[in-house]
Amino acid sequence: MSVKVRVPTQLRPLTGGAGEVEVEGVTVGEALKALDAAYPGFAERMFDEAGNLRRFVNVFVGEQDVRFLDGLATPVQPGSVVSVVPAVAGG
Amino acid sequence: MPAAGPFVQGLRCRECGRSYPAEALHVCEWCFGPLEVAYDYEAIAFSMSRDKVAAGPRTIWRYADLLPARASGAVDLGAGFTPLLRADRLAAEFGLRELWLKNDTVNPTGSFKDRVVSVALTRARELGFKVAACASTGNLANSVAAHAARAGMRSVVFIPADLEVPKVVTTSVFGGTVVALTGNYDDVNRLCAELASEHPSWAFVNVNIRSYYSEGSKTLAFEVAEQLGWRAPDHVVVPVASGSQLTKVAKGLRELYKVGLLDEEPHTRVSGAQAAGCAPVVAAFEEGTDFVKPVKPAGIAKSLAIGNPADGAYALDEVRRSGGALAAASDEEIVEAIRLLARTEGVFAETAGGVTVAVLAKLAARGVVRPDERVVALITGNGLKTLDAVAPVCGPTVTVAPNLEAFEAAVQVTDWEEMTAQPVRSTAP
Repeated sequence: MSVKVRVPTQLRPLTGGAGEVEVEGVTVGEALKALDAAYPGFAERMFDEAGNLRRFVNVFVGEQDVRFLDGLATPVQPGSVVSVVPAVAGG
Repeated sequence: MPAAGPFVQGLRCRECGRSYPAEALHVCEWCFGPLEVAYDYEAIAFSMSRDKVAAGPRTIWRYADLLPARASGAVDLGAGFTPLLRADRLAAEFGLRELWLKNDTVNPTGSFKDRVVSVALTRARELGFKVAACASTGNLANSVAAHAARAGMRSVVFIPADLEVPKVVTTSVFGGTVVALTGNYDDVNRLCAELASEHPSWAFVNVNIRSYYSEGSKTLAFEVAEQLGWRAPDHVVVPVASGSQLTKVAKGLRELYKVGLLDEEPHTRVSGAQAAGCAPVVAAFEEGTDFVKPVKPAGIAKSLAIGNPADGAYALDEVRRSGGALAAASDEEIVEAIRLLARTEGVFAETAGGVTVAVLAKLAARGVVRPDERVVALITGNGLKTLDAVAPVCGPTVTVAPNLEAFEAAVQVTDWEEMTAQPVRSTAP
């Protein structure tokens, strides 16, 4: 099923400048994998060597931080919006 | 590109070391790590001296050589160079011998945020920005709105909708746009991080301008050292929200030694204070982990209510490396500490100050903060901003009819002279 992924400025060179792209997947992890397949380069920027999200990358489904849900296993619905947001902000 | 302060070499990723130009960037494009300002410390050491600092303005801009923007174009309401007060009566309460309070309640908009905002908007103006923005728990919104007004910039500030009324009023009065969001600070922060991508012409002081902004907190350390006669304290207790202030205070002390303004390498122990309602960094400290698990904030210390602190892991590291500790204070302890600080030293702090004093009490009781140390507590915001916190327990002692008999009958005045017969120490030199 199709979900929207919002891409931060820092990663837009990978999407040809697009701030929002559509990918397929039933979990956050699958959607992000599909993102890397469509726009190679995402995975190595977002994940560390062990395959975990990098410390300074936050991922949200709608308004919820996936760390308060099921992490990368968090299910997504058709039309869900997955936002990739740099963690370094605020304070 | 406009120059960013006389000795700035550019920006560098704290995680992977990649270099970037001194533009409106805050995150490494490769690993998402925070970008930090890189300085030419050798040139600063050559330029800067104690005499030069002493001859400078009585604001944060006396340390301009160690800041990432130029003093000549400063957006300046007079932030900084606040009093360092010797606090003997409060020290006696905690069994300490030498305690000092950095009284940042007296900054132009009543909190330490004026330091970081003055630096951020000065740099933002150098970079050509005309709109100032921020994600705020209140104090920052106050300061951004005021400094933007001062600089003739538009301001757009984002706050949680449940903020204390005084913080909303004292922001709104400056005439900018105040956007109250139906969520907590972490929601506000997330939206602002996204908005910064959509509105690159806005200077979000704690998003795209954050690399410069956070440097302003170093001035707390610079002032404390100067006011102690160019000596570093043995122990400093700092409130922790994002963790940025704590890490920058420690960095500031190290920089003073690096550029020759301190004779001895500082070995200051750094301790952190959080409110029990939002204590993710304390939790990581107590659990012995090196990552900070986000929490959903609660409690009265709204200025510290960041559940997902950007610099939490760095603050944790700084505390551990220096031999300090982190502890949390309950809402009741915060209120009691606000009153104790006011009663013993005449300083009225907002809830964050109550957190700091309450945690200082705990750490002193545990022997972490010791009687043989020169201790400094950072009191970072004014009590008038959070009147609601103490209003239920503060009011007239009595209400009586306006005549002698009624007064004498209602108020016992026998031992007042004895209670107040203690010497009053002056402020630091």
